[in-house]
Amino acid sequence: MEGIIFNIQHYSIHDGPGIRTSVFFKGCPMNCWWCHNPESQNPLIEEFYKSNSTAKVKEKQIIGKKTTVDELYNEIIKDRIFYNESGGGVTFTGGEPLMQSEFLISILKKCKENGIHTALDTSGFSSENIFNSIIDLVDLFLYDIKFIDEYLHKKYTGVSNKQIIKNLKILSESKKEVFIRIPIIPKITETKENIKQIIDFLKEINILKNICLLAYHKISESKYERFNMNYKLKGIKPPSKERLNEIREYFSKAGFNVTIGG
Amino acid sequence: MNDRIKKLRTQSLSIKPSISTERAEFITEFYRNHDAANTSTPVRRALAFKYLMQNKEICINDGELIVGERGPKPKATPTYPEICLHSLEDLKIIDEREKVSFSVDEKTKEVYKNKIIPFWKGNSIRDRIFTEMNDDWKTAYEAGIFTEFQEQRAPGHTVLGDKIYKKGFLEIIQEINEKIDNLDFFNDPLALDKKEELTAMKIAAEALIIFAKRHSEKLYELAKNEIDFGKKLELEQLSEICKNVPAHKPKTFHESLQYYWFVHIGVISELNPWDSFNPGRLDQHLLPYYQKETAAGLLTKEKAIEYLQSFWIKFNNHPSPPKMGVTAKESNTYTDFALINLGGVKENGNDATNELTYLILDVIEEMRLLQPGSMVQISKKSPDHLLNRTLKILKTGFGQPSIFNTDAIIQELLRQGKSIEDARNGGASGCVETGAFGKEAYILTGYFNLPKILEITLNNGVDPRTQKNIGLETKQAKSFEELLDFFKKQLNYFADIKISGNNVIERIYGKYLPVPFLSILIDDCIKNGKDYNCGGAKYNTSYIQGVGIGSVSDELAALKFHVFENKKISYDEMMKVLKSNFENFDELRLDLLNNTPKYGNDDDYVDEITKKVFDIFYNAINGRPTSRGGKFRINLLPTTCHIYFGSVTGAMPDGRKAFTPLSEGISPVQGADTNGPTSVIKSASKIDHLKTGGTLLNQKFSPQLLKTESELNKLLHLIRSYFKMDGHHIQFNVITADTLRKAKKNPEQHKNLIVRVAGYSDYFNDLTKDLQDEIIRRTEHSDL
Repeated sequence: MEGIIFNIQHYSIHDGPGIRTSVFFKGCPMNCWWCHNPESQNPLIEEFYKSNSTAKVKEKQIIGKKTTVDELYNEIIKDRIFYNESGGGVTFTGGEPLMQSEFLISILKKCKENGIHTALDTSGFSSENIFNSIIDLVDLFLYDIKFIDEYLHKKYTGVSNKQIIKNLKILSESKKEVFIRIPIIPKITETKENIKQIIDFLKEINILKNICLLAYHKISESKYERFNMNYKLKGIKPPSKERLNEIREYFSKAGFNVTIGG
Repeated sequence: MNDRIKKLRTQSLSIKPSISTERAEFITEFYRNHDAANTSTPVRRALAFKYLMQNKEICINDGELIVGERGPKPKATPTYPEICLHSLEDLKIIDEREKVSFSVDEKTKEVYKNKIIPFWKGNSIRDRIFTEMNDDWKTAYEAGIFTEFQEQRAPGHTVLGDKIYKKGFLEIIQEINEKIDNLDFFNDPLALDKKEELTAMKIAAEALIIFAKRHSEKLYELAKNEIDFGKKLELEQLSEICKNVPAHKPKTFHESLQYYWFVHIGVISELNPWDSFNPGRLDQHLLPYYQKETAAGLLTKEKAIEYLQSFWIKFNNHPSPPKMGVTAKESNTYTDFALINLGGVKENGNDATNELTYLILDVIEEMRLLQPGSMVQISKKSPDHLLNRTLKILKTGFGQPSIFNTDAIIQELLRQGKSIEDARNGGASGCVETGAFGKEAYILTGYFNLPKILEITLNNGVDPRTQKNIGLETKQAKSFEELLDFFKKQLNYFADIKISGNNVIERIYGKYLPVPFLSILIDDCIKNGKDYNCGGAKYNTSYIQGVGIGSVSDELAALKFHVFENKKISYDEMMKVLKSNFENFDELRLDLLNNTPKYGNDDDYVDEITKKVFDIFYNAINGRPTSRGGKFRINLLPTTCHIYFGSVTGAMPDGRKAFTPLSEGISPVQGADTNGPTSVIKSASKIDHLKTGGTLLNQKFSPQLLKTESELNKLLHLIRSYFKMDGHHIQFNVITADTLRKAKKNPEQHKNLIVRVAGYSDYFNDLTKDLQDEIIRRTEHSDL
């Protein structure tokens, strides 16, 4: 069986505990305005030409490559000594890994069989069946929550959040370790109302205590240019430190453990 | 830092290094007036040393707590005409060169012209070496196949053990006398040689006591004329200390530091040995004094820090003696490579980290001086807290301390035949060199240009730069295995030439330039009645340092991949491309750079080649006998030689353009590592570190990766993992490329910018443009 991935990042230190290897799956059913890996959205392999004016020859860049479970596993275990030493492991991210569910399940199984700690960075957008079948194979979930309001969710991500919320509830009953990750996008997700709704919702599911606030940054803007894609957030500035701390306070007061950044 | 230290530090930083003729004049005067035909060489050397110690100007800087300068004032740097005689033209270059210059005034030039040059012309060790070397050696040397460490500087490369804390020099003299009295002239055919050497050691020991006494007297004079009561008292105390040490063993923390410093000045005045000299395991040696005195209320933590800070400034006052030509290129720095060791394990194998370890780290962080260098030994028993504290200093962008693996060092030393106690008491010095402190002469003899040897192999024995036929004619390889075999033959050929030269040069030093003073300090020179330069030490090792293993791996991998396996390009075409320096072959060059396996990415395809190159180099050198009765060993470090070696090596199949720098240490080619630090570490770990006497891995980290405690903790685990895999040493440059670019443009605004070069730190502004560019290029592992 083959999957399509577009990057493997070693010494990944912001996506779970310890030193990790992050595997980026290609393809995402959503289309978030702030997506900082826009090249991950299309599930197919793509070709670009690097627009570097100083080079005499144009360099071709291929985004995405096919990989078998064994190939991928062999790449992951290369850093095993670092996982053992630091309490790290592998993080599957993307794109949306659940979009290649069969492949994901196979590689998760292989990692679990060999005692490698697994984390899944997911939007939670998948069928209940698929979601149920991966829960036992994942040690840590990095679960994104963007909006509670379905209309806003649809507007900014392209899809409804009904299943996402349902899956999170399932997850909360599984007693798995979960980090809720919330992108803080000025004027979009960082509104007072949205934050309040998220807090109220998470309070209900009282097992989920760990929150990561992921502040919007502009670094991906150049990626949109490079890949000839339309950047909808032009002109939006990253949230100020003060604002981030303010939001952190809201969550802290509600009894959550909050970190800023991965 | 208090006002006293601030003042001394500013003084040390602001004085420009200059050439002083003081030493050259006294030594010349001595040799001219003591035509002692009946005096043996060691005794004559000792008498010359004594003459210098008796007559040189005593310099005491206002406010300092540790006294003694090698020259008449801080950074006034002597020359050593008996080793290397500078011509007037040399002095002009030293004065005017852009980097690592020393000011030379007219009076100096006059003295050289009238006194020094006429006496030493044709009689220096350097003259003798170049007369003795055969044509093969000279041709290879000029082509840049290897360098020669001892052509301008004496063998040194050693570190003091705990001797001075146990014995005063009077006791040592007594020991020498007993040794002389017990010489067995009936049965020992070398008894006379031993007597001469031991007599020389005795004279040298007396010389240092005299030197200290002269300080004591001068301090007493200064105290007499001092009106400030506090200062008067301080000068009187210092005067007493200089009366006590080095004659007697030190009674206090302060005396220990002063004792070491006199010894240091002795070693670097006797000759100009490489790596100056080094107190080694300072946190171990000073601990008993610190504990005893603080417990008794005789010493406060603040005062101990002040003594240490004053001690630190003394190192910084002493730039490495001026170097010329190839020697200046291979070690292009003021740094003289004293490397303070902290942490590690005790003689019984227990963790040695103590309160002084942390105190000294505070001093290092606050002083932020180029010299002395510092390192932390991390064993599997070291607390994480020690590594964490070290990383917090590194995080500030100061290239110190570097981080070493004690467990690897011990295994390296054991493999070389040292006792477990000597191994545990050892450490690393210079850049990364493993040594049994206080007991070993471990002498670096020269760098060895691995990529150049491949270039000569590819060109059938011809050096394309000069068109001279300098190597073996090995023909064109038909397979990759055959190419490796030819490379091996070529490397063995040059290794033989290098070693044959070393054997002569070692004997020249042994016969003509013994070092009786240094010999007093290193076991078992007294016991053996034998000089340090003649194999008197308990252990004797000679190193040849491989340079460019990353480059040569990538070059071979490119040939294997594109020429022999995928046949994308033929051997002949590749040679044409290299000859053209990739002119009009941009696309091919991009392919070579980007679509070829590269060392540093945890890719076995190329890492297996690295291992083969290592084995070829190791087998050519390791275990061969030296003329000092020791063994040749290898290590992998470059100082700045990868720049020089690159400047003589043409375009190579990894896409490297002609005459640009090679990879340094065991680091990947600059920019070739695209897979992150774990992959670099995995590749580097495939080299068998334990078979070397030190390897150097340089990693550049952007500060963004080290902001939080969690990030630091992950870096800590990264290092622990490397050490689990027997990695010898790792160092970090924590600075953004952007900052460096700014510094290059506006050096004035970045005067204090210190970066890790390769085994040592240097002011960014003092680096050559090439080296600056190279440091900027070194991969920045940023994960934005």
